[in-house]
Amino acid sequence: MRLGSLAPVLTFSGIAAVMVYALFYLDPSDIPSELLSKPAPEFKLDPVPDYGPGLEAADLKKGKVTLLNVFASWCVACLAEHPKLMELQKNGSVEIYGLNYKDKPDAAAEWLTRNGDPYSRTGMDKRGRVGINFGVYGVPETFVMSPDGKILDKIIGPITDDDLENRILPLVKEYNE
Amino acid sequence: MIERLQKILFQSLLAAVILLSTSAGAVFVENRLSDPKLEARAQVIAEGIRCLVCQNQSIMDSNADLAKDLRALVRERIQAGDSDDDVRQYLVDRYGDWVLLNPPFKLRTALLWIGPLLVFIGGGFAMFLFLRRRNDTAGITVAPKPLSEKEQAELDRLLTASDEESRS
Repeated sequence: MRLGSLAPVLTFSGIAAVMVYALFYLDPSDIPSELLSKPAPEFKLDPVPDYGPGLEAADLKKGKVTLLNVFASWCVACLAEHPKLMELQKNGSVEIYGLNYKDKPDAAAEWLTRNGDPYSRTGMDKRGRVGINFGVYGVPETFVMSPDGKILDKIIGPITDDDLENRILPLVKEYNE
Repeated sequence: MIERLQKILFQSLLAAVILLSTSAGAVFVENRLSDPKLEARAQVIAEGIRCLVCQNQSIMDSNADLAKDLRALVRERIQAGDSDDDVRQYLVDRYGDWVLLNPPFKLRTALLWIGPLLVFIGGGFAMFLFLRRRNDTAGITVAPKPLSEKEQAELDRLLTASDEESRS
């Protein structure tokens, strides 16, 4: 009987707990990638002018872990993560390929000239179709590719220090040993 | 008179709603397919595809760049002769079940679909128990023991006493 009178309070607490969890601990913009552990889709793209060579699916299967970074000159968050990519390229821990998403060739080239070029290959996805095949829904996104060209992980939004230390570098280490 | 006014009001409201809703749907139909049948199919599919940028809109309602690309893609697949399910599967392969506004019934989504029914049944059962218990207690109080002779005499005395008091 005493438990019965507590039922509404308990029900409410239960609902409130679920809501607090959903509000503070879940990120609705973090959509899990459908392509994890699947091979990269086929593509072949021309490079950003003067920032070649071009990029194709075969380049992702060269026997070492690579990063495929989706970027665009119109994307502000890309600018924010750019120094991190430059640093990665400088210390040579992992090779980075740039997928230039829905950009103008000149604008992309100018952006790379101004901010530095961390990519050893670039590909221009002018119509955004390669992006769709990769399940890209915003820029920047960064795919960690296995030595045989499978998608190991996908980082949505700018790479944070936490992403770098806990998601990217451990995978690089694991597969390159 | 009032009835006629109400009717006119209702009709004009209805007309406004219909006009507004059609114009809203017409905003984002760029590059329609030439075959109206195929175009209609493409639009029905697009209405069931979530825009990944503005998550609670379909790609038909969203003016995000990606939504535009996906609308074009749906039209392209339809034009190429894909069935409705093929088109949906094409998008699910890339973006997951998440891209469908109507989640498919799977083991993972079973709770989502059956949950409301379970709550309804559970609530109904709790209600049944509650009402039965209340009826039981009511049943007990309805038929109390009849008063003994002494009690009846006492009751009468009290009633007449209070009657006289109120009269005076």
